[in-house]
Amino acid sequence: MQGSKADIIAQLQKDILPLQGYKHGTNSIAVDAGLGPVRDAFPNGLFPVSAVHEFICHGKEDAAATGGFILGILAALMKNAGAVLWVSSSRTIFPPALVFFGIAPEKIIFADLPNEKDVLWAVEEALKCDALSAVVGETSMLSFTASRRLQLAVEQSKVTGFILRNQARNININTTACLTRWKITSLESSFDNGLPGLGFPRWKIALLKVRNGRPGNWQLEWNERRFRDIMHVTPVLTIPQKKTG
Amino acid sequence: MARRFVSIWFPQLTTDWFAIRQPALSCSPFVLSAPSHGRMLITSANVAAQAQGIYTGMPVADARAIVPQLAVLDDIPDLPGKLLHRLAEWCIRFTPFVAADPPDGLFFDATGCAHLWGGEAGYLAEITRRLNKRGYAVQAAMAGTAGAAWAIARYGKKSFISDGIMDTAALLPLPPQSLRLETETIERLHKLGLSQIRDFITMPPAAMRRRFGQHFIKRLYQALGKEEEPLLPVLPVEPYQERLPALEPIVTAAGIEIALQRLLGVLCRRLLQEGKGLRIARFKCFCADGKTSVIETGTHQASCSAAHLFKLFESKLNNVEPGLGIELFILEALQTEDILPIQEKLWKTDSGLNDTRLSELLDRLEGKIGSGHIHRYLPDEHYWPERSIKLAASPLEKPGTAWRNDKPRPLHLLHQPEPVEVTAPIPDYPPMLFRYKGVLHKIIKADGPERIEQEWWMAEGQHRDYYAVEDEEGRRYWLFRSGHYTAEKLYQWFLHGFFA
Repeated sequence: MQGSKADIIAQLQKDILPLQGYKHGTNSIAVDAGLGPVRDAFPNGLFPVSAVHEFICHGKEDAAATGGFILGILAALMKNAGAVLWVSSSRTIFPPALVFFGIAPEKIIFADLPNEKDVLWAVEEALKCDALSAVVGETSMLSFTASRRLQLAVEQSKVTGFILRNQARNININTTACLTRWKITSLESSFDNGLPGLGFPRWKIALLKVRNGRPGNWQLEWNERRFRDIMHVTPVLTIPQKKTG
Repeated sequence: MARRFVSIWFPQLTTDWFAIRQPALSCSPFVLSAPSHGRMLITSANVAAQAQGIYTGMPVADARAIVPQLAVLDDIPDLPGKLLHRLAEWCIRFTPFVAADPPDGLFFDATGCAHLWGGEAGYLAEITRRLNKRGYAVQAAMAGTAGAAWAIARYGKKSFISDGIMDTAALLPLPPQSLRLETETIERLHKLGLSQIRDFITMPPAAMRRRFGQHFIKRLYQALGKEEEPLLPVLPVEPYQERLPALEPIVTAAGIEIALQRLLGVLCRRLLQEGKGLRIARFKCFCADGKTSVIETGTHQASCSAAHLFKLFESKLNNVEPGLGIELFILEALQTEDILPIQEKLWKTDSGLNDTRLSELLDRLEGKIGSGHIHRYLPDEHYWPERSIKLAASPLEKPGTAWRNDKPRPLHLLHQPEPVEVTAPIPDYPPMLFRYKGVLHKIIKADGPERIEQEWWMAEGQHRDYYAVEDEEGRRYWLFRSGHYTAEKLYQWFLHGFFA
């Protein structure tokens, strides 16, 4: 009797997940890219594709760090020759830098709209187009209704959406129907062997909200075109370098 | 199919136009005049004036002596040319090929058009009726050649239709002027007693050429259809053009939509058969009041899908002003391209950029936000960061060179480098501090310098020494110093980008 009850609960949980936006259609692919511990936050242990992810950032530096994290995931999403639409009204992305994330920059189509209020419309149209691998939208405002429209579009087409919300500090962020909410900030880089100069980019990944999962904080490094967990890497004592010459 | 030509003669082209503009003039005799050699000569006279014995070329003073109450108006130079061009454009509703025939006529290539008006008699009657309704007196004739139609319209019976075989018979009683000859040739023919075409049509061509010249033979043969006559259409005929005349003038949006759908269906079927796709399409609506509404749309990739093209046009249909009603719809494919046949797949896959669904999405986006906002970038062989990328010319263009990944490039590049205050040890160490927008950043780690020289053959300016720096919070910036540290020239530090 006990066993059957557990079975029923497991079955019910399995049924609830698709209702909450965790859809794994036939064309969905497992996003690995070394996300490692981050994936454990999600119910199936898989990064949810065919969903809308919301990223919060304050300022240009954070936007760059968030962009880096998104591109790491995009690289995994685009592995089978997909195209990505990047919708923005104030784009500063520099295409040659995408090479460092393992993305061919010519595969990304940039829609530079003159008005910010058209961004959400364009993102929704694009999310309905299943020829795309993913859609990235940069906008500061995302109302609950708009986010629900995006989620409905995604459920039909199985495209993954990323909404980058660059907002000034101290603004209450409204509830949205997005599956997750992230906040990415930069971390100090360091080489394991104490070399001078800039190391691999490191980010503090904060998963603020995730439906039916466990929010958490992680520290990842983008290294050799993969994410690497650095939470548990013990830093090597650096010896101060003397410049010669 | 036998070629059919219509020639329309406006005997009173300019005076009719003045009468339309000033209806009060139409009943009374009036003339148009222009100065010539110090006196005023009549350039054209209306029917009422002609009835009183006034003819073109008569001095105004003589005419005034005959008819004291004669109204004299100033002629407008090159008015007939403009009028003919406007009338020719209006006549596009009868045939796609209309040519102006200065000074006072029009030519139609009406091959295969007449059946739409229930036969040639109905066609010609409709042309005459519509032009008369506009206020122009016309004489029209239809024949197998432009020359024969011209001759019959001016010197033959009114509204005469000659089938191709009877052309010669119809020409026989006409005077030699009807062959559009030079004045001297006509005079010489009359002096020789050859006052009808039948008098000389049987003469051997060699004898006629010797006496009357090559031009005479050419005109004769053009009228008889032995020689091709080149005509210049007022609007170039588009190779892919579909027309839909409306029985009743259409004023409703639903009617316009149905017309567009029907035209798109026909055009797309034809394009599909020929393996072509449409890049730029133009939809023209000719209104009853003589106005034309034009809407245009373009696609990213050659397309022959009627449903998709209709969606693109749909957003612009509001710009069509039906006015008194639309009489004719024309859909033209201004630019077409070959469609590469795509292998159909049993299951959906991400086929990347070469996907009709993607190009249709981009067309929809451009349809709403306007063109020139969708970009795709390819590498360009320049070190200067702003010039290291170029826009892709076509949606499937592949990069000509590989993307470079040997030097660090920031994920976000500012459109304009922003000046920053920097504390940096000389000669070329990376900065220690910089202040950007009032916030002080202490630099912990740095890479550089990477010197990028201005390309002197493209632009003048100082070189840049780029440094990638990281502050105490791990935020990364791309800074550069413009120029050397010298007293004579200015140097300035700038922030140019943000690394991920």
